[in-house]
Amino acid sequence: MIINDAHLKELENEAIFVMREVAAQFEKKVILFSGGKDSIVLVHLAKKAFWPAKMPFSLLHIDTGHNFEETLKFRDDLAHELGVELIVKYVQDSIDNGRVSEEKGINASRNKAQSVTLLDAIEELNIDVAIGGGRRDEEKARAKERFFSHRNEFGQWDPKNQRPELWNIFNGHKNMGEHFRVFPISNWTELDVWQYIMSEFIKLPELYYTHRRKIFKRNGIYLAWAPFMQLKPSEEVFETDVRCRTIGDITCTGVTLSKAQSLEEIVSEIAATRVTERGGRYDDKRSEAAMEDRKKEGYF
Amino acid sequence: MAMKNKLESESKSLLRFTTAGSVDDGKSTLIGRLLYDSKSIFEDQMDHIIESSKRLGKEDVDLSLLTDGLRAEREQGITIDVAYRYFATPRRKFIIADTPGHIQYTRNMVTGASTADLAVILIDARKGLLEQTLRHSYIATLLDIRHIVFCINKMDMVDYSESVFNEIKRELEGVANKLKIEYTYYIPISAKFGDNVVDSSAKMGWYKGETFLRLIETIEIKKDENSHQARFPVQTIIRPLSTEYHDYRGYAGRVAGGILKTGDEVTILPSFINSRIKSIDLMGKHRSLASSGDSISITLEDQIDISRGDMIVKTSEIPEVGQEITLMACWFNERPLKPGGRYIVRNNTNESGCQIKSVNYRMNINTFEKDTDDLPVKMNDIANISIRTSKPLFFDNYRKNNITGSLVFIEEGTNETVGAGMIE
Repeated sequence: MIINDAHLKELENEAIFVMREVAAQFEKKVILFSGGKDSIVLVHLAKKAFWPAKMPFSLLHIDTGHNFEETLKFRDDLAHELGVELIVKYVQDSIDNGRVSEEKGINASRNKAQSVTLLDAIEELNIDVAIGGGRRDEEKARAKERFFSHRNEFGQWDPKNQRPELWNIFNGHKNMGEHFRVFPISNWTELDVWQYIMSEFIKLPELYYTHRRKIFKRNGIYLAWAPFMQLKPSEEVFETDVRCRTIGDITCTGVTLSKAQSLEEIVSEIAATRVTERGGRYDDKRSEAAMEDRKKEGYF
Repeated sequence: MAMKNKLESESKSLLRFTTAGSVDDGKSTLIGRLLYDSKSIFEDQMDHIIESSKRLGKEDVDLSLLTDGLRAEREQGITIDVAYRYFATPRRKFIIADTPGHIQYTRNMVTGASTADLAVILIDARKGLLEQTLRHSYIATLLDIRHIVFCINKMDMVDYSESVFNEIKRELEGVANKLKIEYTYYIPISAKFGDNVVDSSAKMGWYKGETFLRLIETIEIKKDENSHQARFPVQTIIRPLSTEYHDYRGYAGRVAGGILKTGDEVTILPSFINSRIKSIDLMGKHRSLASSGDSISITLEDQIDISRGDMIVKTSEIPEVGQEITLMACWFNERPLKPGGRYIVRNNTNESGCQIKSVNYRMNINTFEKDTDDLPVKMNDIANISIRTSKPLFFDNYRKNNITGSLVFIEEGTNETVGAGMIE
């Protein structure tokens, strides 16, 4: 389909340009694939950027073990269809090896531990670039991110000393052991992503559409219930119509009460919403600089 | 399908603008105000801002906390790095690059300005023109931003005085004249209280112009890249080697000006071999033409050795090809630029070694005069320099084409981007 919207067309052109710069400037290249809509859009853009050749990227999934089952099937099917390598690294392995200790308590999440597993994978596999679906509109520390974001040999981000990034010139020069995170859809907003999915007929996991689910409420956020989650005495599990606005680790991904069945309905829901996408992310609620701190440590 | 029609009719253009000014003149507050009054701040973001304002002991809700995203920025109350913000009105989508005012972060201001269609420069009504005002106006013009909106802010602190505004406006007009800025606009505002940002000010009835939002929503930015000469820097080669596409050899890139059509006679640089465009593709869809900004793949009639860094141009429109280049450089690094210094230079997708042959003059930002002493070019300096590259670059004058006319300097060893250049 031809994209009518001038701004979507421009965002697509920019993202494809960035994907191709990655292909040309790096050696061991992966797309960080979570099974969420942003990483699915990345894969679609990569398909477009290199057609009729196969995309020169593997998919890397950092699996916390706390997944929505459907996402994993979606991931496996997509990798199979594309004929690209799927690498899965497990946070559980990092815990078993003693590389990271599991958080305790009621709000325990493996979200933060993912950084350790990711950095270990990057080192083990000699990955020199990891493409992520991070967007600047998501969060205030992300708003500061470059397209080509340098990571030192410890995988850390130095937000106060980023390389100037001018025009469309992306400097991917680096020393041994360092790597880059690249964010081709930096300039997209949540609404742009949904409009693009609609105009390109991109297939998504059913979780994004309305479905019946057992949920509970914590600090004003609806969380999907899973058997391994600890509940406070005051918290009650009930079943209702919801959809996921983002998909990540099940312990920290909020769900939205919604009856939206189609992309059209989702787009109008997003256009009217008064809460940000990450407003439902439990991992960002920890402190004001939660994202900045995690990013400095090597988070996505 | 009523919904679909609605969405289609919402086709919007994209305006990228950058904000600049001095420390504490209220850039971040202006953006916060713009987002707040245009209802682009979400409830949970607002909750955060209210909470942080309280914790920092502020009397009022501080809207600048919305863009100052780093811990160090919030603590010090300054902007260190560019923050990108997004908002939309029914007319347009906007990408804002909120850039730092501090002199040591000028490089981040240049980063934000390099992709902008329009620059907003704030002036504190109490202070009038400062060195930074001149510097930022100059950088905006240097980067070929043709529309500059001067917002005279903090009008609430000068009793909304028309004469204060007129005095500053008169001085700014002098600057605009000297710099030959093509389109200038002057608006008296109070970002803190919202006067003339989204809504007209009740306190400045004497101002008959448009509000800031109204201006940026309706301003016509003429993008005439399609009328440029056709340029296609090659990013990478697409060779599927599959059974179905065994002989496919596509040159991937983004059109950097002009229009390319199938059948066009083209020349490959630096080899100067000619061929014709056989097809223009994206994802299996053949197109008859590609215009400036399109990311596409091109196939040619002939089998030619082409690699990344080469450029495909129309045979009738050859750019400059050369190794001796004179340019305006903006220096970003603590280690000064010196004649004889060696760097990697990157122009489009083409990378080469280079040596600085001479520093011809440095711009004095206060007087806009040329200093011809031979002091080194230090961080944040702007200078006219001549370089020699180790292999030919293919380029245009920056004013003619911002993409093919720009380059960056990369320092070997540290790999840092140490400077930017605009070719003359």
